[in-house]
Amino acid sequence: MLETNYFVVLAGLLFAIGAVTALTRRNAIMMFMAIELMLNAANLALVAFARQWQQLDGQLFVFFVMTVAASEVAVGLALIVSIFKSRSSTDVDDLHSMKG
Amino acid sequence: MQAEFIVFLAVALVAIGAAIGMALSRHALYAAMFLVLNFACVAVMYLLLNAPFLAVAQVTVYTGAIMVLFVFVIMLLGAEKLPAQETRPEMRWQRPLAIGLGAFLLLQVGLALALPGMRAAPEPIDASPLAIGMKLFTTYLFPFEVASVLLLAAMVGAVTLTRKD
Repeated sequence: MLETNYFVVLAGLLFAIGAVTALTRRNAIMMFMAIELMLNAANLALVAFARQWQQLDGQLFVFFVMTVAASEVAVGLALIVSIFKSRSSTDVDDLHSMKG
Repeated sequence: MQAEFIVFLAVALVAIGAAIGMALSRHALYAAMFLVLNFACVAVMYLLLNAPFLAVAQVTVYTGAIMVLFVFVIMLLGAEKLPAQETRPEMRWQRPLAIGLGAFLLLQVGLALALPGMRAAPEPIDASPLAIGMKLFTTYLFPFEVASVLLLAAMVGAVTLTRKD
């Protein structure tokens, strides 16, 4: 059996790449994809620890995270579409009309 | 053990390469395809981790449903080409800070490497779809019902946000 360490390190690397991408890109769709990458990295760590402690609960957590991610994507992409319709841009820096 | 390790190493390298490819891609559709590759690699990781149900759910939900939605929206908006980033002068401090934060996260990964190895107990538990379903409909029955309400709310929200009025 592979050590749990390997999987946790891989999850950490993927999370770091996703975090830097989400913070440096200014395109809303790219930021959203980076957030999905981070969610996936967290899921990988959850499954790794579920195997480590021989509990099924970690896998069920991942199941619920997937459900929440799916609904989040549906609403988030609908928001991006409606913002694009009114401003024809997906650049998050253009969205400052609520700035005081 | 040795064969397992070789599979892990190959798939992990592909996963990290796909993630970096997504981060650096100048084309939103290519970025989406890199992300699909990354999700497929994570599905293989789930198989290695004795989670066959989640591996299949990962392929159908993430690489199937979610990424199809992403590609659909990218093509609908015609926003495939990402213009070269022009950073606003007042936001110039932001990128070095983000890279610093990434380096800090990598430092923590190094810390996880330095910890003594956590070996999994020899016999793997039963993680068949039957076992998952038993637990889902007994211990986690209430969260399961809440998740169904959440999905309904997301569906209504998506329809309301994008309809013509």
